[in-house]
Amino acid sequence: MTIDMVNFTPLSALVGGGMIGLAALALMAVKGRVMGISGILASLIRPDADAPDAHDSNSWRLAFVAGAMLGPLTLGLFHIDIDIIPVASGWVLPLAGLLVGFGAALGSGCTSGHGICGLARLSPRSLVAVMTFMLTAVITVYLVRHAGVM
Amino acid sequence: MPLLFSFLIGGLFGIGLAIAGMLNPSKIAGFLDIFGAWDPSLAFVMGGGVIVNLIGHHLLMKRATPLFGGTFRLPTVQDIDRQLLGGSALFGIGWGLGGLCPGPVISSLLLRPADVVIFAVMMMAGLWLGKAIR
Repeated sequence: MTIDMVNFTPLSALVGGGMIGLAALALMAVKGRVMGISGILASLIRPDADAPDAHDSNSWRLAFVAGAMLGPLTLGLFHIDIDIIPVASGWVLPLAGLLVGFGAALGSGCTSGHGICGLARLSPRSLVAVMTFMLTAVITVYLVRHAGVM
Repeated sequence: MPLLFSFLIGGLFGIGLAIAGMLNPSKIAGFLDIFGAWDPSLAFVMGGGVIVNLIGHHLLMKRATPLFGGTFRLPTVQDIDRQLLGGSALFGIGWGLGGLCPGPVISSLLLRPADVVIFAVMMMAGLWLGKAIR
């Protein structure tokens, strides 16, 4: 293992991570809801039949998603560049999207719900989920980058 | 009023993702590539997010209700079952392949639509399917 010092950005990672944690905390404080993005998106397209407050619940979800979409655009006003360099193309991209959506729905959460929120609540279920997806993601990147798969 | 807060909280989340480097699939892949040139940055994103939320959540739970009333809706399921394991395993494969997870997908959709729109559409289809069979 070698550390990639050129791309290592501990300070911005910590600051950005802190903002993500603060957002999760604020949503729990204001709405009493877990900031799990896959859960929010899944509830928008496939509402929970048993939700007692179904009439209210999608409005806050839509407002949150709109904010998350528009937020990064404001960084442009401060001339802060956001690097976006894709790693997948062709048929791999839609396949990856399908796996991310399907897996997050089946596993009841993703990097935000299990990662930022579940770990902060010390949930054993979320810890297992995070360790599982970290493991398969590391194996996948190894196979693609170092074993010539795909 | 809480609706405006939800919008602003979403904005904070999106800006946090952008500053953290989470919108960049190459950076995600660099973190997951522990057998190559490893970029540990994402561990700091997770660490920063979890620590802030862990301390704050602990203090917040001293309250009986959220700030504007209602109830705290915390997950009650405790089971570590095949769906949790299988779903998380598939999620990780997709994350490794594309370098994108759901938050960064929505937060980069307007920045770089051409790079993420196909992923986003298939992700939504996957979410629908996964929830349908869960």
